[in-house]
Amino acid sequence: MDNLVKKYNMPDKYGHFEEFGGKYVPETLIPALDELEQEYLKSKKDKNFQKEFFNLLKHYGGRPTPLYLAKNISEELGFNVWLKREDLNHTGAHKINNALGQILLAHRMGKKRIIAETGAGQHGVATAAAAAKFGLECIVYMGEEDIERQKLNVFKINLMGAKVIPVTSGSKTLKDATNEAIRDWVTNVEDTFYIIGSSVGPHPYPMLVRDFQSVIGTETKKQFTDMTNKKLPDRLIACVGGGSNALGLFYPFIDDDVKIVGVEAAGKGIDTNQHAATLTKGEFGVLHGAASMLLQSMDGQIALPYSLSAGLDYPGIGPEHSYLQKTKRVEYSSATDDEALEAFKWLSEKEGIIPALETAHAVAYLKNKNNNIKKNEHVILNLSGRGDKDINTIAKELGIEL
Amino acid sequence: MNRIKELFATDSKKLIVFITAGFPNKDSTKNLVLEAIKGGADMIEIGIPFSDPQADGPVIQEANEIALKNGITLLEIFEQVKEIRKETDVPIALMGYYNPILRMGTKDFIKKCNDAEIDGVILPDLPLDESVEFCNNLKNKNISPILLVAPNTSEKRIKKISKLAGDLIYAVSILGITGNDLSSKNNLKNYLAKVKDNSETPFMVGFGISTNDDVNWFNSFSDGAVVGSAVIKKVLKDTKKGVVENFVKNLKK
Repeated sequence: MDNLVKKYNMPDKYGHFEEFGGKYVPETLIPALDELEQEYLKSKKDKNFQKEFFNLLKHYGGRPTPLYLAKNISEELGFNVWLKREDLNHTGAHKINNALGQILLAHRMGKKRIIAETGAGQHGVATAAAAAKFGLECIVYMGEEDIERQKLNVFKINLMGAKVIPVTSGSKTLKDATNEAIRDWVTNVEDTFYIIGSSVGPHPYPMLVRDFQSVIGTETKKQFTDMTNKKLPDRLIACVGGGSNALGLFYPFIDDDVKIVGVEAAGKGIDTNQHAATLTKGEFGVLHGAASMLLQSMDGQIALPYSLSAGLDYPGIGPEHSYLQKTKRVEYSSATDDEALEAFKWLSEKEGIIPALETAHAVAYLKNKNNNIKKNEHVILNLSGRGDKDINTIAKELGIEL
Repeated sequence: MNRIKELFATDSKKLIVFITAGFPNKDSTKNLVLEAIKGGADMIEIGIPFSDPQADGPVIQEANEIALKNGITLLEIFEQVKEIRKETDVPIALMGYYNPILRMGTKDFIKKCNDAEIDGVILPDLPLDESVEFCNNLKNKNISPILLVAPNTSEKRIKKISKLAGDLIYAVSILGITGNDLSSKNNLKNYLAKVKDNSETPFMVGFGISTNDDVNWFNSFSDGAVVGSAVIKKVLKDTKKGVVENFVKNLKK
């Protein structure tokens, strides 16, 4: 799965990316995490598992996804923009890659009950689909506020036979849905598999989610070379909430001479207190099982993040991103709600591709002159998801009644 | 010898009472702790409120939310414990989540625990593998790190955990969160026997223990029983003076 990565060797065997990562969970979950890790390491070496996974990605998920040279915006910008079309995956985003990988693990481990947390609902939809395919019971925890913002996805999850449990504690968003999923897991650890939706949480999740998503970067590398006869692009761009679509694209390029950029959600601006720019503004801490950068108060209480996009509205970030920021391997930037909205409209109008609001944050990076993208540079942007789910939010922002 | 070690050196059965700091009012901590002690609590756990208490059920979650709305901070909790210390020698442990402690700085936290004469620290999201250095630093100051074990913890791991803890461990009664229903008595008996056989320290049991019958039953297999959610539930319903004292008296009967 990661045969392109030779020098970079993270995490260590305890799941640490130096001071980041680890397993900060109640004792009850330790045996479950150990069991998962063993099963995963076995599966990684098992040709049958790999074959089954790639077959599912191809025939159920719809891979490989195209790498598309977006000529209209390239002409306007003066450099080459390649879109990795993860939006064309089954269920509409990169999330299905990971959901299929984890459901295969659950299946191997004989777990009968699947739980998941979801923010924008994309991971909930992907997990519900995977669980339906494997005939497993599926429960999705979702913040009440996100249920309101993402009604369409809630309906889809229900259609596929999964149950959405509204979470009313705290900020009623992804952070709280994750708390509730962890509480469920602690209680039902014997028969339940927790499918985490991003490269977050206790070890081995950040590693295995990254590995399952790395199919994005592996494909991209080959496609780019096939189409351009060049070995490598100049720059990679992806939006970062928890960070799994970004790591999926970045990881196979991590040892290469390529500039890599992650774009966080700056909400109403990083100088306000309404943003979700964890790496730009956060401090070291522990949440949801891992040490990473976190938006928090002086007293170590977790801050309420804000972003118009439900998928980026999270106060933490995957531990590997904190590490990649610290080592300066990846540069992290941010885009505001307004910039993302403008980019959303721009890409829709120019290319006929409606991106997810999360993805629109990465698109906004292209338009920012401060980023000094050189003429004729080859830039690959992970188009992580499609925008259907955001139509209501966008219409409301534009003052249009549907 | 620290107070926890001293307490568990005696053979009697102990009742440990949990109170969330800063709840129901910011300055309630002292009165509620002293009421619990008057009612017969042998040891007190003071909960440090956290915005995301993953090991806690709805009752303690609510108490945390109220306490945080009241504006309680870790620094103020240390001041409150100092005030409590002036009036009692009952052992006091802090229970909380790792992030607020990391934010303060673990060294600073341990120094402040020492200054406030805190006897033990319980952190449910800091398991064995991540906690060795922190536990040793606590022990250097004669503060007991009270590590947790669960029904699915292996015998070998119970040994390791209790060895690092040194003075006392906390056996979580169930697979679950605070305030959940207890599992069958038969399962519990086997589990408690496993802990007893493998722990190098005395152990107390908590999660889901809510009545006098529960306390007596658990104490026939363990060295102490912790009551948390049931106490908080009483206070959520009725904040009158004496409620905690009477409830603890009943538990202790």
